[in-house]
Amino acid sequence: MIISVASGKGGTGKTTVATNLAVVLGNRAELLDCDVEEPNAHLFVHPAFERSEPVETPVPLVDESKCTFCKKCADICRFNALAVAGRRVLVFAELCHGCGGCLLVCPEGAITETGRELGSLNFGRRDEIGFINGQLRVGEAMAPPLIKRVRAAADPERITLIDAPPGTSCPVIAAMHGADFVLLVTEPTPFGLHDLKLAMEAVKLLGIPAGLVVNRADIGDDQVFAYAERKGLPLLMTIPFDRRIAEAYSRGKLIVEELPEWRERFIDLYRTIETIVLGSTAPCANS
Amino acid sequence: MRELVIISGKGGTGKTSLTAAFAALAAETGTSLLCDADVDAADLHLLMAPQVRQRTGFMGGSKAIINPDLCTGCGTCRTLCRFDAISGRLAVDPIRCEGCGVCVDFCPEAAIGFPVQRCGEWYLSDTRFGPMVHARLGIAEENSGKLVSMVRRQARQLAEERGIDLIITDGPPGIGCPVIAAIGGATALVIVAEPTVSGLHDLERVLDLAAHFRVPGMVCVNKYDLNLEMTGVIEVLAAQRNVGLLGRIPFDPVFTRSMVAGQTLFEYGEETPIRQQVRAIWATLINSPAMNPLGIVDSKATIQ
Repeated sequence: MIISVASGKGGTGKTTVATNLAVVLGNRAELLDCDVEEPNAHLFVHPAFERSEPVETPVPLVDESKCTFCKKCADICRFNALAVAGRRVLVFAELCHGCGGCLLVCPEGAITETGRELGSLNFGRRDEIGFINGQLRVGEAMAPPLIKRVRAAADPERITLIDAPPGTSCPVIAAMHGADFVLLVTEPTPFGLHDLKLAMEAVKLLGIPAGLVVNRADIGDDQVFAYAERKGLPLLMTIPFDRRIAEAYSRGKLIVEELPEWRERFIDLYRTIETIVLGSTAPCANS
Repeated sequence: MRELVIISGKGGTGKTSLTAAFAALAAETGTSLLCDADVDAADLHLLMAPQVRQRTGFMGGSKAIINPDLCTGCGTCRTLCRFDAISGRLAVDPIRCEGCGVCVDFCPEAAIGFPVQRCGEWYLSDTRFGPMVHARLGIAEENSGKLVSMVRRQARQLAEERGIDLIITDGPPGIGCPVIAAIGGATALVIVAEPTVSGLHDLERVLDLAAHFRVPGMVCVNKYDLNLEMTGVIEVLAAQRNVGLLGRIPFDPVFTRSMVAGQTLFEYGEETPIRQQVRAIWATLINSPAMNPLGIVDSKATIQ
């Protein structure tokens, strides 16, 4: 089971929900921090990191001794990552998407591949809970290929919990694609509502069942609740604004550690998600 | 011309609420132009109620489409695609398609089309605080960096035409492609931090990024009273990185209440102490050497 925790708007509590869920599920869970631009889940889960590996994306390497400067590589590249200037081939590695088109098109076999560092993949655990995060190299623009690598490293035997990045563009899609359930986290404010609507469009596009957690539920207004009801988006949990929760968060503490009565609520949240996911896939069970 | 870009690294620290408050203060002394560079989840318009004057489609990259009438099912496209965007039944998944065109060029039957996609739109608008340039990126689209660059370019052009000397830009969260596009060439950055372990972590990463671009930066700590010790840590870090301190803003539900009312802090309700704090931050900011009226980048103030 793959549950992606997403939001549209930043700072609504995605990491809070994902980390607390992971901890109450214990050894059944593996938490993937896919907010590779600003990964934070480790600051709350405090895993012991066991190993780390660099992640690269392929970029072309041109052997100019074989090159006839025919410009076919520059012509095929839709990302302007190659240019031929006189008898030089310029490679703008940071623009390369690694499609391999230039290798295929080069008639002289003058192009091979080397790597550009996207960032790192870090593996750890807290007790029996698996933990993986991706950390984008500062200055690197492309988050989605790194997010895909974090996803690919998941243990399929466990419940995968994904802490997704904010927004609704390609990095978020990379963190939601193929999930069994998207848990949307928002706050009941005009910004929270607006970005929730955008996130819902993304969820609909991907055709994934979703549910809602409203954080700081007693600030703002009731528009988010009305919207969820109108759209048939099940409200699975509300977390009130509580200064103790906000202060615990500021110190890197989980809600379930600070306020143990929340343990059962997060377990219930998972049970509800499980029921929804199993219910929605039941018709396919025999096919 | 000066462009102030408000960023944060971490999302939800108060960038947009503060941008809107700055817009209200800037309007007291002159005209500024507002620019929403958070095209992925743009929210500034919710406080600015812009009257859209001009709406333009944003054409991003292309996506492959296989014409089943011409396809012979050879599977070359599927073999060559590195993004797993072509299914076993030889249909392109537009969400996975990266727009590289390799399948288009190598299809032996020339059966694959490659239409340019409309990825979103951008707007020239008027607000009660001056003109505004903003955009909306389509759901699940790529090219957010390109749209951010487009919005900033349009903002500069419009400011020049109207003789406006200050652009206030609401930036995106994170440190990836849209943020890189939002901070290059800015006169100064305002970084809105929050005093939490994640706020500190994200601030460090966004400072590392900003240091690459040699842009002056200043920090203000929002909701500082949630953790005074962490506020201190952030302020020490800022000093070490040659980042000026603008001040502290306490946690105050008035920000949420004014947002619900669709207003800035300076329009909503009664005079509160928090207004004085934000006013002082604005004064420090706008009178800083980095924001000198000539718009000359203050090389002594760049983030280290």
